[in-house]
Amino acid sequence: MGRELTRKTATELAAAVTAGDVSAVEVAQAHLDQIAAVDDRVRAFLHVATGEALAQARAVDEKRARGESLGPLAGVPVAVKDLFATAGLPTTCGSKILSGWVPPYESTITARLRAADAVVLGKTNMDEFAMGSSTENSGYGPSHNPWDLDKVPGGSSGGSAAAVAAFEAPLSLGTDTGGSIRQPAAVCGIVGTKPTYGGSSRYGVVAFASSLDTPGPFGRNVRDTALLHQVMSGHDPMDATSINAPVPPVVEAAAHGDVSGMTIGVVSELAGDGYQSGVMSRFAEAVEVLQGLGAKVVEVSCPHFKYALPAYYLIAPSEVSSNLARFDGMRYGLRAGTGSAEEVMAATRAAGFGAEAKRRIMLGTYALSSGYYDAYYGKAQQVRTLIIRDFEAAFSQVDVLVSPATPTTAFDIGERADDPMAMYLADLCTIPSNLAGNAALSVPVGLAPENGLPVGLQVMAPPLADDRLYRVAAAVEAAFDSRRGHPLLDEAKGLGA
Amino acid sequence: MITRDDIAHLARLSRLALSDEELDHLAPQLDQIISAVAQVQEVAAEGIPPTSHATGLANVFRDDEPRPCLTPEQALRGAPAVELQRFKVPRILVEEG
Repeated sequence: MGRELTRKTATELAAAVTAGDVSAVEVAQAHLDQIAAVDDRVRAFLHVATGEALAQARAVDEKRARGESLGPLAGVPVAVKDLFATAGLPTTCGSKILSGWVPPYESTITARLRAADAVVLGKTNMDEFAMGSSTENSGYGPSHNPWDLDKVPGGSSGGSAAAVAAFEAPLSLGTDTGGSIRQPAAVCGIVGTKPTYGGSSRYGVVAFASSLDTPGPFGRNVRDTALLHQVMSGHDPMDATSINAPVPPVVEAAAHGDVSGMTIGVVSELAGDGYQSGVMSRFAEAVEVLQGLGAKVVEVSCPHFKYALPAYYLIAPSEVSSNLARFDGMRYGLRAGTGSAEEVMAATRAAGFGAEAKRRIMLGTYALSSGYYDAYYGKAQQVRTLIIRDFEAAFSQVDVLVSPATPTTAFDIGERADDPMAMYLADLCTIPSNLAGNAALSVPVGLAPENGLPVGLQVMAPPLADDRLYRVAAAVEAAFDSRRGHPLLDEAKGLGA
Repeated sequence: MITRDDIAHLARLSRLALSDEELDHLAPQLDQIISAVAQVQEVAAEGIPPTSHATGLANVFRDDEPRPCLTPEQALRGAPAVELQRFKVPRILVEEG
């Protein structure tokens, strides 16, 4: 029964627990068993909260036994990226500088999950402080792609994506600052969404680049992803950047994948040199499918998108250099070295941060230094305005924009580990939506013929129109599933048949 | 061109006590990255206002109401060193020699 339970969707599990067909404890145990069976190979988790998860599941079962109504994620296990503060559970952000740290408080989003009767299974691996596209920047070693264990699962939320793709959890939480949900979702063959900036609370989410960081959901299908999106979202007075507006009707949209009458724009700048042929052929096929379902497809130009990557690599590191200043060995986390406070800070940060964190802190310090500020950070902020204007012009003509989610399929572990510029290119298609703060997701559209690895379609919608993403994704998913006759993940063979 | 001395200066500003090997390794990488991001300077952006934040929200307030907060024990639980219910840190002021 264990395997059967781990293959079920989150929607099915919540219904079964609510109906009493299965207990939350049985569901949690089945997923803990799967983690025990495969995670020595996948390494999705940094911390498995076995005792806490079973206790939480028992509490859900007791609540039902008392005749109380259960929340929308009744007994559904969720894996949580290790930068959400979880009271009583370690939170390391994939960094040695926070090794062993246990937060004294809970993030708004994990609190909402618990209130919805979800069960937190544990904390997942990530690139240190969410900086990276492969999990290789984790201080605790990389996670592995369930499609091929020699490949990266993407990043920075690679552990969360791998956990869902390996059936260790039906749902997981990530954060997306430059593509850190959509890129791992694409290369692991699952669904992942970056909600509208400000649509999901950052309270208790350790900051990387505050003007870009957006928590969001992963799921194995569109409907489950929408369910988690709905539960985690909504206004939070504890986050001053949280938007005080209703959550877009994402669950309803996911149930009605109808694109007839929609206008869909193909971004001409997100193609060409550096895009793998199998990615482009699957993308073209997805666009044909949408056309066949009654959508009108037009080509749209966003001329400033080619400057999105350089602008992002000025803005994000600038914010990092400021946000990571708090890790100084004084109040929590690692303390190293001897001498004055300044010497201890410098020794602690040198010992606790990995190479990519150091590169970005220094890059941001450079971009913000007197004499360079206008030419770098200031100019990047103007480019950000121009990218927002490109989106506004595009969305005046079309309902959604589409592109490949990533230029290539999953790459080899080690291939780009010490080549930062090559690593940064993995987020070429995803960064514009972070700079503009709009909503975007990645949905699987099949395998690249040349290597049999998953390809994701990116769908982008205006701010607070997150529901449109799910309408399009549900239509694409239904069309491909019926053509294939089974879910794409049935073809993942990295963990054996 | 960013020199190794520039990188050493940035490391000091960033409070990173990097080894010589790290400086040798990071200097050419940072030079490559900075040359790449300098592309933003090609963009004609005269008169374009900067965007620091996409939502356009400004001055968001909530009611100033007292509410429970962390206890001193909770706040200090993760501290590397504690004394008299306070964070204990190395000396901050250094006498000039």
